[in-house]
Amino acid sequence: MATSVERFDNKARGAFENIGRTEAHEGELIRHPVYTRFLHWMVALFFFLALLTGFGIYLPWLFRWFTPIFGGGPLSRALHPWFGLFFVFFFALQALNWLQPMRWVDADSRWIRNLRSTVSGNEKLEPPDTGFFNGGQKAQFWEIVIGCIVYLITGIIMWMGAGTFGRAMVAISYVLHDVSALIMLAGIFIHMYLSTIGEPGTFQAMTRGVVSEAWAWTFHPAWYKQVTGRDARQAHDEAAREMAERRRLL
Amino acid sequence: MSDRQTLRIKQISAHPGPVPGVGTQRNLEVCKLVDTTTCIGCKACEVACVEWNDMPFSPTTFDNTYQTMPETRWNFWNLIKFNEHQKEDGSIQWLMRKDQCMHCADPGCLRACPADGAIVQYANGIVDFQQENCIGCEFCVSGCPFNIPRFNKETKKVYKCTLCSDRVSQGLEPACIKACPTGCLKFGTKEDMTFIAEGRAKQLRDNFGFDKAGVYDPKSIGGTHVIYVLHDATDPERYGGLPANPQIPWSYAMWKWLFKPVLGALSLLSLFGVLLHYVTIGPRRPQPEPPVKRKEG
Repeated sequence: MATSVERFDNKARGAFENIGRTEAHEGELIRHPVYTRFLHWMVALFFFLALLTGFGIYLPWLFRWFTPIFGGGPLSRALHPWFGLFFVFFFALQALNWLQPMRWVDADSRWIRNLRSTVSGNEKLEPPDTGFFNGGQKAQFWEIVIGCIVYLITGIIMWMGAGTFGRAMVAISYVLHDVSALIMLAGIFIHMYLSTIGEPGTFQAMTRGVVSEAWAWTFHPAWYKQVTGRDARQAHDEAAREMAERRRLL
Repeated sequence: MSDRQTLRIKQISAHPGPVPGVGTQRNLEVCKLVDTTTCIGCKACEVACVEWNDMPFSPTTFDNTYQTMPETRWNFWNLIKFNEHQKEDGSIQWLMRKDQCMHCADPGCLRACPADGAIVQYANGIVDFQQENCIGCEFCVSGCPFNIPRFNKETKKVYKCTLCSDRVSQGLEPACIKACPTGCLKFGTKEDMTFIAEGRAKQLRDNFGFDKAGVYDPKSIGGTHVIYVLHDATDPERYGGLPANPQIPWSYAMWKWLFKPVLGALSLLSLFGVLLHYVTIGPRRPQPEPPVKRKEG
């Protein structure tokens, strides 16, 4: 099973590397290959299309605000399930692509317990055992995996309707679908903040596919060590010394 | 109806007979009374409904009963349901019930509907679908305890009995009422129809040996604007799809108007939270940063 998934992922990554390219300049590390970036933006696109079509139907107060975006209520309703299907489809591919790095380890539990000091900004450097993804990223990833399963099941029940699944099933699905969407919506704001202005230098990981070495040793020290062979803390201290030296010379 | 009320006659000069129209519109709430005990299953109401609403005659489905088709359709809103009920002594009771929208006082379809203006309840109790505002999500189908709204796959809209709101607004009775030859269908105010129905039920109990005869006007949904006289009001299920205790799913009542806006606002708190983080604590930058020059606060 795992091997066939790996074979599929490798084939897809290879194919996309032929279409696009990822170039790391000096002082940069490759973070996301073309395939990952493509999937990420497809997921993002269909997430927002599904969100905007769904929002009008979600709340009566938002109906007149959101449905005109897609040409009215009937079209919003007709498009929403398809947008949702594409969202789940692309995220499923991304989930297979990330199955390995998203595996939960002890360091992630420690990361979650340490959340307060991370948010407060007191700790400038991530703990040395933070790998390719940290505990927060993994938590959000698995939340979306569960959310997608809920979306898919409840969405199909609502799509096929009370005639197929019965009134009670539709009434329950409607609530679960909403709860799933709200959790994901709350999470997406945090995701967008941290990947742009919240942690400068992160956004290019999903555009050009590369990050600076300083970014890597600050936020993902264990991954930095894995790809460069250098200790993240040492690399940071060296850079700090160099910076101090430069200032002294000025 | 308000314009008609202003022209209601109170007195007529030198008029020898009773004043016409007096007391006919005491109450705005209308009601259709279906007396299942005098229905003969002639289906005149079905034809009248199809004719008045200008719907094409559609092919019927034979399912070993006298029923025109198994269920109502998007273009067939009025169906006499034929049910054979075996009594305790082994004899068969043949039940005929006119199945159509019940025009609930608390309509589950209206509660479930997410589209602005797609379902309207008039002050006279009629619940009407406005197809031009319908988005075709079919939530009304799951909201309805009587399995009435019907989806048209081509127009992607939902349809059902209008209680001939077009006729009633002009002071006419619904088409099905006009066609009924036995008088088992009656139309008037809710008060009058309830009075007649209760009287008929009492008659059935006292004179015809139907001890459990009664009126079907379920209180769990605030009553309906179509009421039935049943031979046995304790077991409406035997009339085919008439629930004893119709319910609207909880999720369409509480969820929509309370939890949805509250939880929606809660999820927006995360947006507020990250913005607050940005302006107070500030972003986390790759290290090392150039040294801090001046610190405030």
